[in-house]
Amino acid sequence: MTNKLETASNPEQLKRVVIEPLTRVEGHGKVTLLVDEDQQIQQARLHIVEFRGFEKFIQGRPYWELPVLVQRLCGICPVSHHLAAAKATDMLVGATELSPAAEKIRRLMHFGQTLQSHALHFFHLSSPDLLFGYDDAVRHRNIIGVIEDHPELAKKGIMLRKYGQEVIRVTAGKRVHGTGAIPGGVNKSLSSEDRDYLLKDIKQIIAWAQDAVELIKTIYLEQLTYHREFASVASNSMSLITASGEHELYHGGLRAKDAQGHTLFDHADCTHYEDYLREAVKPWSYMKFPFIETLGLDKGWYRVGPLARINNCDRIATPMAEQRRQEFMQLENGQPVHATLATHWARMIELLHCTEAIEQLLADKDLQGSDLLHTGDMQHRGIGVIEAPRGTLFHHYEIDDDGVVEKANLIVSTTHNNQAMNESIRQVATNYLSGHELTEPLLNQIEVAIRAYDPCLSCATHALGKMPLEIELVAADGSTLSRISKRATGEICSTR
Amino acid sequence: MSNSRFVIDGKDIPFRPGQTIMDAAMAAGVYIPHLCHNPDYASTGNCRLCLVKLNGRYVSACTQPAIADSQVDNQIDEINQQRKTLLQMLFVEGNHQCPGCEKSGRCQLQAVAYYVGMLSPYFTHFYPRRELDASHPEMVLDFNRCILCGLCVRASHSADKKNIFAISGRGMDSRLVINSTSGKLGDSNFSAHDAAASVCPVGVFLPKHKGYEVPIGQRLYDREPIAQVGDVAHPNHQRDKK
Ligand code: SF4
Repeated sequence: MTNKLETASNPEQLKRVVIEPLTRVEGHGKVTLLVDEDQQIQQARLHIVEFRGFEKFIQGRPYWELPVLVQRLCGICPVSHHLAAAKATDMLVGATELSPAAEKIRRLMHFGQTLQSHALHFFHLSSPDLLFGYDDAVRHRNIIGVIEDHPELAKKGIMLRKYGQEVIRVTAGKRVHGTGAIPGGVNKSLSSEDRDYLLKDIKQIIAWAQDAVELIKTIYLEQLTYHREFASVASNSMSLITASGEHELYHGGLRAKDAQGHTLFDHADCTHYEDYLREAVKPWSYMKFPFIETLGLDKGWYRVGPLARINNCDRIATPMAEQRRQEFMQLENGQPVHATLATHWARMIELLHCTEAIEQLLADKDLQGSDLLHTGDMQHRGIGVIEAPRGTLFHHYEIDDDGVVEKANLIVSTTHNNQAMNESIRQVATNYLSGHELTEPLLNQIEVAIRAYDPCLSCATHALGKMPLEIELVAADGSTLSRISKRATGEICSTR
Repeated sequence: MSNSRFVIDGKDIPFRPGQTIMDAAMAAGVYIPHLCHNPDYASTGNCRLCLVKLNGRYVSACTQPAIADSQVDNQIDEINQQRKTLLQMLFVEGNHQCPGCEKSGRCQLQAVAYYVGMLSPYFTHFYPRRELDASHPEMVLDFNRCILCGLCVRASHSADKKNIFAISGRGMDSRLVINSTSGKLGDSNFSAHDAAASVCPVGVFLPKHKGYEVPIGQRLYDREPIAQVGDVAHPNHQRDKK
């Protein structure tokens, strides 16, 4: 399933084009293209320096700090790290089962987080490409352009995100860097005032989420061939799943399917993830390449995230999202959908699911329960796995007898998607860029492909179309032939 | 009751002979920012945050006996600016990442910083390398946040009669040390019930296996500033005063 553009046979004779987004908070990434004299692309790679010192930073800290501490490592989805670490520390303190109140409050927090993250990604980061096209003027192809041309839509995006953030605030204490989940449970229940406050707007939020699914469906189907083929790569998929095979974001077993939809493993115990997954290193990237052990490195890479989750599940527990899932799966007559841009559609189905699930949870009296903390016998090993908005997130800690972290291993969603993103940019390079003079709109197609995966490196800037880019053409002798840079203002400067 | 009085920022404050400016101010409900002062222990005047002007001269309010009919300036721009600078130095000398700190929301250093309007660091961070001491079964010591106020030293000495802690070294090399053969807390006769265990104004002493159990919004300084809650609201502790 891998694409031949991973390594060129004669790299020293090729021009090197680097697409390097420069402003990073927690990730730093770049794309390099090697181009021959006929403008044919011979090699395309996405390199990411992922969370620097992530594991090192945690070593030597007391385990009970982890759920709060790890949030500092990612400005994009701190709640996902908060909850994955909390689940790992549940295992450390021997809390084999949480109280219903604790589990449901955490779920509510997670639905809020996924809602706000998906809304941010779709409305702020991706809708400009989808609404205006990848070759629209850079000055216009951004959220400001969306606000000008589609003010109602932009408003819905902002309000959906805000609602998700409010769910986080009432469950975690703050919109960012909250403290809600603690080892063995949560530190507070949901007051009935906060419940009523959230209930007040939920109907409107669900209606807007339905509109969002309808919008992406319409956009997708309008240019079906393009959307189906652009950056499309047949891949395996991995996600969490409930015992009955339903779509799951907070807790479950691992399911993996191959590109044809055949099950590779199912209901796998997350705490034994090392039996199913391996991580490879390649000399040209700091980010590891995880793969399914039984298939090996070349065939075992997989996708995680909204598309993988929708492809993998048998059904979604909430009715509107389930109906939308069935509609989506008709795209390929029930077979897995591999169109990278269909990830946006899958993401909006999940957004709708989150809003419905929040409404259901708010009606549950357990949220006002007072049994919040469970503990048992201390363990030395704790593993917490969650479906973050971007995909499966693993937190694995080993602690010593003093309760201090000795070893940490975190596999973040962007790492799982490493090979898939590389395959997608190679597909784009082959089909859309090769043989053409490289211009900003063409290079933006690479960004469009990467952005569909919603990796941390893309959303770290939080400003689509404002992402500063520097593209350099370097001759084989190392001299710069030309340089295009895009400033944060959208201005393009070219030097020769 | 003595008739002696002095004036802080225009407010009349009564005092008894021997009382410091800090004692008398606290008894009258007037807050003077401080960190190393705790009404339960003898004052040492080492954090300098309680700097005030007594008849135009700088003094530390926690060590200076009150003087009848004197004028004390506390909340004036000039002094607050100096306090702010002192706090900015304290924050960069250690490793203070408040959002991840268990003491956040009930930490005096953080609360005083909010109170005087020190909202961001100003000086270059030192990023010192300081190891955690997790050797004790009940308590972790995180030296990253130590401001050398000496309160644990005083509490262990005068209340617990154990002398477990001391400040060693000079100037920039000063550090909190533990009186045990290995230098580790686990090898001392420290107990989590000691007065020294709960006197730290910042986040050095952390009970094991506990964290963030008080939700945001319900912590000591979440609702009211340090000038209204905390020790100024309970001025009558005078245990072990020497
Ligand atoms: S000890 Fe206080 S000032 Fe230091 S990090 Fe903790 S909360 Fe912040």
